[in-house]
Amino acid sequence: MSLALTIGILLAAGVYLVLQRGMIRIILGFVLLTHAVNLLIIAAGGVARRDAPFFGGDTSNAADALPQAFVLTAIVIAFSITVVMATFAVVGRRDDDTEPDSATPAELGDENEEVSR
Amino acid sequence: MTPVIEALMPMFVGAPLLVGGALLAVPRAHTLRSVLGMLSLLAMLAGAVTLVVLTADGTVLAHQIALWPGGVAIPFVADAFAALVLTVTAILAVVCFQYMIASGEAKSPSITSLVLILAGGVAGALLTGDLFNLFVFIEVILLPSYGLLVILSRRGDMNGSRLYVTVNLLASTLFLAGVGLIYAVEGTVNLAELAGAAVDNPATAVAAAVCLGAIAVKAAVFPVHGWLARTYTVTSPAVTALFSGLHTKVAIYVIYRIYAVVFDGDATWLIVALVITSLTMVIGVFGAMGEPTMRAILVFHMVSQIGYILVGVGLFTQLGLTAGIFYLLHHMIVKASLFLSTGAIEQTYGSGRLEDLGGLRTREPLITAAFGIAALSLAGLPPFSGFVAKFSLILATIDAGALAVGIVALAVSLFTLLSMMKIWAAVFNGKRPAHIEEQAAEARVRARDGLLDDEAVNAEEVAEEAAAAIERHDPPRGVSPGEEDPHDHRGTRIPLRLALPALQLAAITIGLGLGGELLLGLSETAAAGLLDTSAYVQAVIGR
Repeated sequence: MSLALTIGILLAAGVYLVLQRGMIRIILGFVLLTHAVNLLIIAAGGVARRDAPFFGGDTSNAADALPQAFVLTAIVIAFSITVVMATFAVVGRRDDDTEPDSATPAELGDENEEVSR
Repeated sequence: MTPVIEALMPMFVGAPLLVGGALLAVPRAHTLRSVLGMLSLLAMLAGAVTLVVLTADGTVLAHQIALWPGGVAIPFVADAFAALVLTVTAILAVVCFQYMIASGEAKSPSITSLVLILAGGVAGALLTGDLFNLFVFIEVILLPSYGLLVILSRRGDMNGSRLYVTVNLLASTLFLAGVGLIYAVEGTVNLAELAGAAVDNPATAVAAAVCLGAIAVKAAVFPVHGWLARTYTVTSPAVTALFSGLHTKVAIYVIYRIYAVVFDGDATWLIVALVITSLTMVIGVFGAMGEPTMRAILVFHMVSQIGYILVGVGLFTQLGLTAGIFYLLHHMIVKASLFLSTGAIEQTYGSGRLEDLGGLRTREPLITAAFGIAALSLAGLPPFSGFVAKFSLILATIDAGALAVGIVALAVSLFTLLSMMKIWAAVFNGKRPAHIEEQAAEARVRARDGLLDDEAVNAEEVAEEAAAAIERHDPPRGVSPGEEDPHDHRGTRIPLRLALPALQLAAITIGLGLGGELLLGLSETAAAGLLDTSAYVQAVIGR
């Protein structure tokens, strides 16, 4: 149950951040989303009904190694893509849509309204 | 012989990755990199053709990685469908790399490696028989793509690249979640073991639907097609051609495969697929209407054509699948040809906007021929491959009783033709705009000095370059300089080496149109393999 709740919270926070405008927030959102999915895969291995594989546990009921291998692979991939995205966030000109345009305060106010809507 | 070939299948992935990695060690040897890169891609093509020959009778080749028993090992599987798509993929990789060499883009130290890794990833995604492994290979496809997109975009802004990475990461994450859910329900992610699982268990159907939804984003199916036109237009034409042939089409391949194996072609959901594909056809073709550049028009047509291809899986009859697979292969070739011919124009004349171009018909006979052939083929006119593809697809809709879809497909064809005529009228017909020579000269100066699109360029240098280009070509048929002449041949011309790749692909579409029998026969075998997956399952897990 705690696993399900954690996944839910991570997912909600991740979705919220991905919907923000700044590239860095989007990246952080994806970090949370991938964590949520990794926990989902761990949960798919049936953690609640299985024992530890070592130290006298029942081997017929040992933890499933496959989802852990999946997660290990997924973590490496997610890490590399996070690095790529972080690079994309800092290179290039500041001409993207991820920040409000620098404008007069009045216009800036309008834009902030638009964003909040 | 066959066991050896089966054991060599992982080399479709391994060899390009190894060569690609090794080539990073020789950053100065342009020629060596180009030659080795081209040889690797040609070897891949030869291997793919071998697979087609071996699977043409419906045989399924399977190899268990590291020879673990079936069900435990990650399987590599090649049936007629995978082999056909792999062959066309390899053709596109060869031709697009040829274009990159011709345009000088391959000189950039990492490009050859990135193209090879991309090709290896695609081969892996097509051959793997394991859903998690598929996820890994999709990432192997995406990472070099991010690099290609950024390195060759030649622009200061990163908008397209950022959008591309964000959308694809979201889709990948969703796909991974779907794979996790499938594992939770079934305890396996081996496609062969999942055969028919979604029919027996609704929970599996939901989990697999999450995977299909995620892959639909990558395939740019309506309503998740919006990212395509904003990202494919920001990079080099060769990269757009490569992506159009490889990315969205791998996604389509996965949709065909998952629906055929995991859902066993379950008729319950087909109506949903037909509605979505019809909408995709219509939205794509209308989206193209208002676009101002050649490439944006073509990208929207891609969305529309993806709808056509997926009609095959929406019908899920022998005829429907055959037509869909034929359409997929035809489309990969024709679309790449269009992107490369318009790309040659864009790179030579410095702009892809319809209003900046004109009168190229008399000036560029080769590119005009390549574009004309591919455009008519895209619209579905005989004798090109597009006619065979569309005709068989529409026959299949009538045969399956989905007449409405057939009518939509016909109507959309008309609009496709209209869009192609719009490009024809603006770019190939009409009068050459007065500023075209300066524009082309500016593009050459930018390429020479390595300037980005939004950096200022020296006006004097451009004027000199334009004057020099006009000097280089003697006026034909005794036209005196400066005289108004619609057939003025002085000035910039597209070099033959840039025109060739598009022409080669155009020649293939003629070949597939006149000799469509062969490919239709192969598509039929591939379709039969999707309708009845028992051979696939037998080859992988032996039951």
